Amino acid sequence: MSIDNDTARRVAKLARIRVEEEALPALASEFNTILGFIEQLQEVDVDGVEPMTGVTPMHLKRRDDVVTDGSQQEKVLANAPDAREGFFAVPKVVE
Amino acid sequence: MTELTKLTIASARDALRKGEISSVELTGALNAAVDGSDKLNAYAHKTPEIAEAQARAADARIQAGDAPDLCGIPLGIKDLFCTENTPSQAASRILDGFRPPYESTVTTQLFRDGAVMLGKLNMDEFAMGSSNETSAYGAAVNPWQADDGVALTPGGSSGGSAAAVAADLCLGATGTDTGGSIRQPAAFTGITGIKPTYGRCSRFGIIAFASSLDQAGPMTRDVRDAAIMLRAMSGHDPKDSTSADIAVPDFEAMLTGDIRGKVIGIPREYHVDGMPTEIETLWTRGTEMLRDAGALIRDISLPHTKYALPAYYVIAPAEASSNLARYDGVRFGHRAKLAQGDGITEMYEKTRAEGFGAEVQRRIMVGTYVLSAGFYDAYYNRARKVRTLIKRDFDQVFAEGVDAILTPATPSSAFGLGAMKDADPVQMYLNDVFTVTVNLAGLPGISVPAGLDHKGLPLGLQLIGRPWEEGDLLNTAYALEQAAGFVSKPAKWW
Repeated sequence: MSIDNDTARRVAKLARIRVEEEALPALASEFNTILGFIEQLQEVDVDGVEPMTGVTPMHLKRRDDVVTDGSQQEKVLANAPDAREGFFAVPKVVE
Repeated sequence: MTELTKLTIASARDALRKGEISSVELTGALNAAVDGSDKLNAYAHKTPEIAEAQARAADARIQAGDAPDLCGIPLGIKDLFCTENTPSQAASRILDGFRPPYESTVTTQLFRDGAVMLGKLNMDEFAMGSSNETSAYGAAVNPWQADDGVALTPGGSSGGSAAAVAADLCLGATGTDTGGSIRQPAAFTGITGIKPTYGRCSRFGIIAFASSLDQAGPMTRDVRDAAIMLRAMSGHDPKDSTSADIAVPDFEAMLTGDIRGKVIGIPREYHVDGMPTEIETLWTRGTEMLRDAGALIRDISLPHTKYALPAYYVIAPAEASSNLARYDGVRFGHRAKLAQGDGITEMYEKTRAEGFGAEVQRRIMVGTYVLSAGFYDAYYNRARKVRTLIKRDFDQVFAEGVDAILTPATPSSAFGLGAMKDADPVQMYLNDVFTVTVNLAGLPGISVPAGLDHKGLPLGLQLIGRPWEEGDLLNTAYALEQAAGFVSKPAKWW
């Protein structure tokens, strides 16, 4: 199992992180080191073992299905890099 | 009386209640110490005005006779905790300028009890690191030095917290621990740090890294202080669905130091290749101390230990890649400057490339890869199955009567800042080899300073306890602390 530049480029794209072309070989090489380390997991006999979903056995609590929060538009927008007229502003999404 | 900044939480509490000191005096002394500590880079954001106001309120409360243990006690808060209207940016550029409009549950509880906040403490970016070097603020520096005077790491990710407690820049600090981020820095700086059982402290308002592993905990001068602070931080919170609705005992009252008849397990798999003799010796000495205190020592096996780190480096990045998807330049924090014609995808990609440091980017991408179509079963699901086996190892030894497990806290003492610069990322990950199993199994673990190495640097031992039995674990740690008699402090050079 080896990661090439194309795979590194694809992963960066999926993660929405811009990686310049010239940085791809180094990135692929780091991935290979890390994945090589992770590869040890293939030695473990996991037949019939359930994947862990929660570390402590507990039932999720339920609460009444009622509105408990809201009407805080100003607070919600306070940290936005670009907020206009009560909305988050982003570059044009639809042509 | 001891210099104010050097007081333990317990002694400061007692002096405050007796009226021997005021919180305003105590806080003033610490604010001054913090001001003079820039070489350590422990505080990323200082909040002296908040501290003074909280101290005045605390003094009034103490005079009125309504004083919980932490009333008037100056603490440092890790930058990972959201504190209302105060910078909280997880040591990341991507949260530059972020001021949370809400307060984390843990800090809410600390302030409810009258604690004073001196400032926000440095850390590895998004708690991803073992040396504090991934911080956007630059690395925090260990107050401890060897004779050569080389600047050392305070460990990570809670490195600022550890440096601040060790250098008398607060009486205690909050930390968080996803793979060892409380216990490793505690060991590197000669202080005490406990990661409680998963679910003991609410995660609400703590900037998420790997949600199934993240836990908050206290970092303090000694075990008693850890007991006091943990009690205030713990408890059920409806805002965190994994927070446990289990009563929080008075941990301090459980510190009797009597561990006669307790069974202490010594796991053979923790004798790792290349471990320095000094660490082996310290571990043996710790074992003897517990035996001398009346505990029964038993050799045990935790057969899947070897696979804990690789499993962690699948699960933690996978969860991180999902948690950190929220940093998109839309709702908070940094947004990249866009070029003419850039659309939303360019905005995401440029923002995240500029905002995240190299290690965070690496982990997000590794997480993205192991969760991607075709690899999900081979990596992510397999790691979760191995996690089940790691927890089962612990369940079995506890079922066989083991009360606590003693291991080294770290495979070495603090290393030099920059020393791992050319090492591959996996070399840095090996720092967590003794601590990461505890996060995967959701157990409580505590690091206690137990000695100095040949360079005069602190070394810690780790005790691992049964789930929800932090009181018993703290008591065993208390017995170890008393036997080890660790009192060394770093010589002030900053």
